[in-house]
Amino acid sequence: MSIWVDRNTRLVVQGITGREGQFHTINCKNYGTNVVAGVTPGKGGQSVEGIPVFNTVAKAVKETGANAAMVFVPPPFCADAILESIDAGVPLIVAITEGIPVMDMMKVKNFLAKSKSRLIGPNCPGIITPGQCKIGIQPGHIHSPGHVGIVSRSGTLTYEAVHQIQQFGMGQSTVIGIGGDPVNGTNFIDCLTAFNADPETKAIIMVGEIGGSAEEEAADFIKKNVKKPVIGFIAGLTAPPGRRMGHAGAIISGSSGTAQGKIKAMREAGLTVVENLGEMGKIAKDAFAAALK
Amino acid sequence: MKIHEFQAKQLFQKYGVPIPRGKAAFSVDEAKQIGAELGVFPVVVKAQIHAGGRGKGGGVKLAKTAAEVEKYASSILGMTLVTHQTGPEGKLVKKLLIEEGLPIAKELYLSVLPDRGTAKIVFMASEAGGMDIEEVAAKTPEKIIKVYIDPLVGMKGYHANELAFGLNLTGDLVKQFTAMAMKLYKMCVDYDCSLVEINPLILTKDGRVIALDGKINFDDNAMYRHKDIQEWRDLDEEDPSEVEASKYELNYIKMPSGNIGNMVNGAGLAMATMDLIQQAGAAPANFLDVGGGASAEQVENGFRIILADPSVKGVLINIFGGILRCDRLANGVVEAAKKVGIKVPVVIRMEGTNVEEGRSILDKSGLNLITAKDVSDAAQKIAAVAKG
Repeated sequence: MSIWVDRNTRLVVQGITGREGQFHTINCKNYGTNVVAGVTPGKGGQSVEGIPVFNTVAKAVKETGANAAMVFVPPPFCADAILESIDAGVPLIVAITEGIPVMDMMKVKNFLAKSKSRLIGPNCPGIITPGQCKIGIQPGHIHSPGHVGIVSRSGTLTYEAVHQIQQFGMGQSTVIGIGGDPVNGTNFIDCLTAFNADPETKAIIMVGEIGGSAEEEAADFIKKNVKKPVIGFIAGLTAPPGRRMGHAGAIISGSSGTAQGKIKAMREAGLTVVENLGEMGKIAKDAFAAALK
Repeated sequence: MKIHEFQAKQLFQKYGVPIPRGKAAFSVDEAKQIGAELGVFPVVVKAQIHAGGRGKGGGVKLAKTAAEVEKYASSILGMTLVTHQTGPEGKLVKKLLIEEGLPIAKELYLSVLPDRGTAKIVFMASEAGGMDIEEVAAKTPEKIIKVYIDPLVGMKGYHANELAFGLNLTGDLVKQFTAMAMKLYKMCVDYDCSLVEINPLILTKDGRVIALDGKINFDDNAMYRHKDIQEWRDLDEEDPSEVEASKYELNYIKMPSGNIGNMVNGAGLAMATMDLIQQAGAAPANFLDVGGGASAEQVENGFRIILADPSVKGVLINIFGGILRCDRLANGVVEAAKKVGIKVPVVIRMEGTNVEEGRSILDKSGLNLITAKDVSDAAQKIAAVAKG
């Protein structure tokens, strides 16, 4: 068990013939992901590393039974690509692309709400169930199967979390990067709900950062609903207000969205808070000892 | 991206949102001329910088005569304006907006922006105009009206009515206000604004609704489709090292009063690394995310920009190789170090893809680089450097 992706996932890659799309498709395939199709309008009939390319997602789904999409389409056309997958009824869509305009994503989000699809990202590293399926740009080899679920707004900071718990012998059930954009498809609460229901996941790490109020809402949700141990980390204690810290969503607006406020909310909800990044693995080991026994 | 008030008002004008008569001035002579052309008094002389709180800082003056226009224009142009948003170092004023002064009956607040939590476009309006809206929200949240609009449906008449009647407007003012609100919505969507704020929006004694102030921020991700706005970028308002970094598409932010430079891949890890530096007792001098797909050239330029900052006493490089392989990073660092010459200690922590190759490149470089085994070790080593 795991959440959302596993051995049965059949992946279609949108933007498979681009440089990035091709590179990461091969990495996912080498990791063991069942990549069944690619889509690039105008290149239908070609193939990439033996993977058939189609002109449209609808055609790819019809021909190959794809049930998940990974999106590498450049920002000006990416919202269009995500909408295409939603319209084609793809249950899980993972958008890696960074730089999609907020107005475009707001339309996608409102359309998504009326559909049965789940969107992860955009501007995210993807999702991985170690040993089974990787959809995204993560270095697969740093992961191993286990019982810790990780959800994060960051890419490399997620790898850091995985690496540190590996040092203490803890593997992962599923690791999800929900992305650094202000408007995204899947939020912390969606992931926490799924981890909470997944018997393979016995403990949870939540990695947040400045901007917005998703961490505060997640902390409140954990307090009310999650019985599994959760540790939390927030990046951006030293971030100056009003500046966009790399991620489009990582910005303190006035007095809201600060790291201090988020840490306070997590503490009040009973989470174990990691204040110093270097101690994440050690703190996870102690906090999760009973649950992982 | 931010623009000046006079530019925001040009955009208002394009959409038919009423503004006071006026023009930007870049010299005292120009200010005098515009004042004379307005043909009325009082005339308002407003400093144009990318920060709020200009009035309190002495950057906005009401001139009752032509002589006063000249007096205020000469005192404000060239002044270093300090407001709660500029930081203690302030901003040098190089531009003015010269406008007609209007008889104010009432000041309102109005803003429109994409709301990240709901993915709707939200209008916020209040009768408590001219005040700091954060303060109003904290103390008297009931005085703020919020109207959420689904971007797939767009703004309808009833949305505008909710705002107008919520602001207790009557008669012709309702008509003027609702027409203006619809125009603002269109502008916000057309131009990918991340914030449109009018504070105050005034009702004049002769019964008009006018945007007395104007602030517009734009979504950086959408600038590719707004070439006209890109031309309004004002490099005077940005830190020179940030301008330099933007040429290489590097996410660099200079931090005031820092002493430890740092270069990291990924925004989250970069922020966390800055936090680590502070927790170790030093102060981060910058934020620098070289990104997932950084080239050796980008690494080199990032390194050069960090080292050009005279307050930097040491540099921490923290890389978790995913897409950015450690060997590529190591080559970039070695090249940069040879070209730029490193005069301060450099601590490097690398992990992830091709880490062994990366470490070997650094070891064989003959450069004086301090390697760290993990983030805690890196933080301790850089703290020791900062203490000297």
